[in-house]
Amino acid sequence: MNTWIEKQRHLIDFTLASLARRKGKNLGLLFIYTLLVFVLASVALYTHALRTEAQKVLAGTPEIVLQRLVAGRHDLIPPGYIEQIGRIRGVQKKEGRLWGYYYDSVVKANYTFMAPRDLKIERGEIIVGPALERSRGLAAGNGISFRSYSGELHTFIIADVLPQNSELVSADLVLMHEADFRAFFKYPEGHFTDVAMSVANPQEIKNVAIKLMDSLPDSRPILRDEVLRTYASIFDWREGIMLALLSAAILAFGIFAWEKAAGLSAEEKREIGILKAIGWETGDVIKMKFWEGLLISLTAFFAGYVAAYLHVFHFDAILFESVLKGWAVLYPRFTLPPHIDGLQVATLFFFTVFPYTAAVLVPIWRAATTDPDTVMRG
Amino acid sequence: MRPAHRALLLLLCLFAAFLLSFADAWRLRTLRAALTHESAVLVERLGLTDPVLFTEARYTRHPSQADLQSAFQDHPVALEHFPTGSLIAPPAGLLEAYEHLDRKTASPD
Amino acid sequence: MLELTNIRKAFNQGRHNEYWALDGIELAIPEKQVTALRGPSGSGKTTLLTILGCLARPTEGRVRLKGEDISGLPERFLTEIRRQTFGFIFQQFNLVRGMSAIDNVILSAYPTGRPRKDLLLKAESLLAGVDLGHRRDAKVEWLSGGEQQRVAICRALINDPELLIADEPTANLDTRLSKEFLAILERLADSGRTIVLTSHDPMVVESDVVDFIVSLRDGKIVDEK
Repeated sequence: MNTWIEKQRHLIDFTLASLARRKGKNLGLLFIYTLLVFVLASVALYTHALRTEAQKVLAGTPEIVLQRLVAGRHDLIPPGYIEQIGRIRGVQKKEGRLWGYYYDSVVKANYTFMAPRDLKIERGEIIVGPALERSRGLAAGNGISFRSYSGELHTFIIADVLPQNSELVSADLVLMHEADFRAFFKYPEGHFTDVAMSVANPQEIKNVAIKLMDSLPDSRPILRDEVLRTYASIFDWREGIMLALLSAAILAFGIFAWEKAAGLSAEEKREIGILKAIGWETGDVIKMKFWEGLLISLTAFFAGYVAAYLHVFHFDAILFESVLKGWAVLYPRFTLPPHIDGLQVATLFFFTVFPYTAAVLVPIWRAATTDPDTVMRG
Repeated sequence: MRPAHRALLLLLCLFAAFLLSFADAWRLRTLRAALTHESAVLVERLGLTDPVLFTEARYTRHPSQADLQSAFQDHPVALEHFPTGSLIAPPAGLLEAYEHLDRKTASPD
Repeated sequence: MLELTNIRKAFNQGRHNEYWALDGIELAIPEKQVTALRGPSGSGKTTLLTILGCLARPTEGRVRLKGEDISGLPERFLTEIRRQTFGFIFQQFNLVRGMSAIDNVILSAYPTGRPRKDLLLKAESLLAGVDLGHRRDAKVEWLSGGEQQRVAICRALINDPELLIADEPTANLDTRLSKEFLAILERLADSGRTIVLTSHDPMVVESDVVDFIVSLRDGKIVDEK
């Protein structure tokens, strides 16, 4: 056992010495390799954390949001519509929601105006999201005017600012009294934007949705599952775009690494001949090369992964955030809790460490099995 | 120290850092769980459906909610095919050129 | 110590350019003696040496080491025998560039898994024995031809081989260095090692150190004395 360990140490010594001989090239390779792992791991860690965070945050979203369509287009819920739904077993609560968008040409951003049901807001007052507070330099007690789509100027007093910690979901919100909302948008009395419903039993949600479609053929229920799936797919899509962009780089590295690892130079071939002539077995040569592949790929993987972890969770993924998060004038500031998918890390490990180590070994197998007497013939 | 030991030590340090990153992730998760919780509470209270990630246009603000121009309209499994207008912000020159289409209000407040 | 019976070696066998480098060699290498293989280039000296050193297999015939037939052994065992029994000094020295002299010396002991400390001690004493103690950490490509050869000799001795094989050891050396090499050769012979070398340098072949001279021509032994 001790001899075995000592022998592996010898082999590592040798492989390091031969790596050191082509220091520039090998360090360059290690750097690019690490960079590649860093980029891939950053993308994977970031999208997974964002996906998980979105799922967690949206877990409490209404089970069903019911919209009404007119000629296939979204329309307001008219008075009496909610009553038409009648009693459906399993539906605990159904209430009309009032919300819409307002485009602020000063900061060139869209706000979401909303009249929440169970939040007490006085008339003439609004509660704003943190991004709004930042972009317009607002604070509680300040006044702000918005010119409505009908051209009138409405002035509001800011009663409160939503907590910074919830910025991921509240950055652009402007919450106001129902009467203010209707007056601002000239929203017809008794009409609503959509209907939010809560269903106690998650198994029942789909059945409830089917019953809704039956009783209101012009309605379109949006289920919580669909909302969550939409987000999963959006981040998958962004991850996919990023990986597609990166695939050229991955291929380029693949060619470079293959060329470097698989192409044996004449000098390396000569060296293998020497080693075999002075008493190294074919297995020793292969083990030595195996260590080379393992040392380089493990170093690149661990260094790249750790750098990616720091980049994503301690430096907020500054390098890729615009692609992965999206861009917007009003962008929420948020820090992601690190949700890490072990399988994803394992996959990354497998696909970075394994191919390189294999690429190093393939040509060696051929070279190492040649007869050692070639070195005698200058 | 012989080269092999130096290399293995380096690898060991990197591996330790790798393991440490998981411990750190656990620490940060507990630390930042409050943030997630606060957002989740607000979502439940106001009945919000979407995070504020894509505010560049009306139809991208709530990708999960059908809107006049949203792609996510009819079929429940039809996925968004343009979740957000573009990956990067439009060039500043374009912004100015199209400013007059901005539903300009001379002085909003 | 080594016995060859009816050794034939063909190159490019079965092709139009097939030729027999060795043709019916019968040879016994005596223990603890210095044997020199002599002959013009193309006579098959080097080919014979590769077969003696188990670097290559004969096409026909048997090789016996201490009475044991080793010509049919698989590569693995052959390598082990080569490592334990033979030490090689090549004409081109075949040192690994970019590594220090001492690292080159211990290179052939790596597969044995002997502790590095022991190997370094051994290598140091070997290098000191050929006046190279002060050059132990120099990269081999910075050494002169004579120094390189002495490093190669040390490498051949690190595993304590019973049999030393040297291919044209003085071909790349001037007269003074050749004399030094002969002195080292004499010391090695006195220490009880069996030595086989090829040479067409009369200074080597006709020196007192050499006990037997085997002359080759066209793949056949023409003279033994």
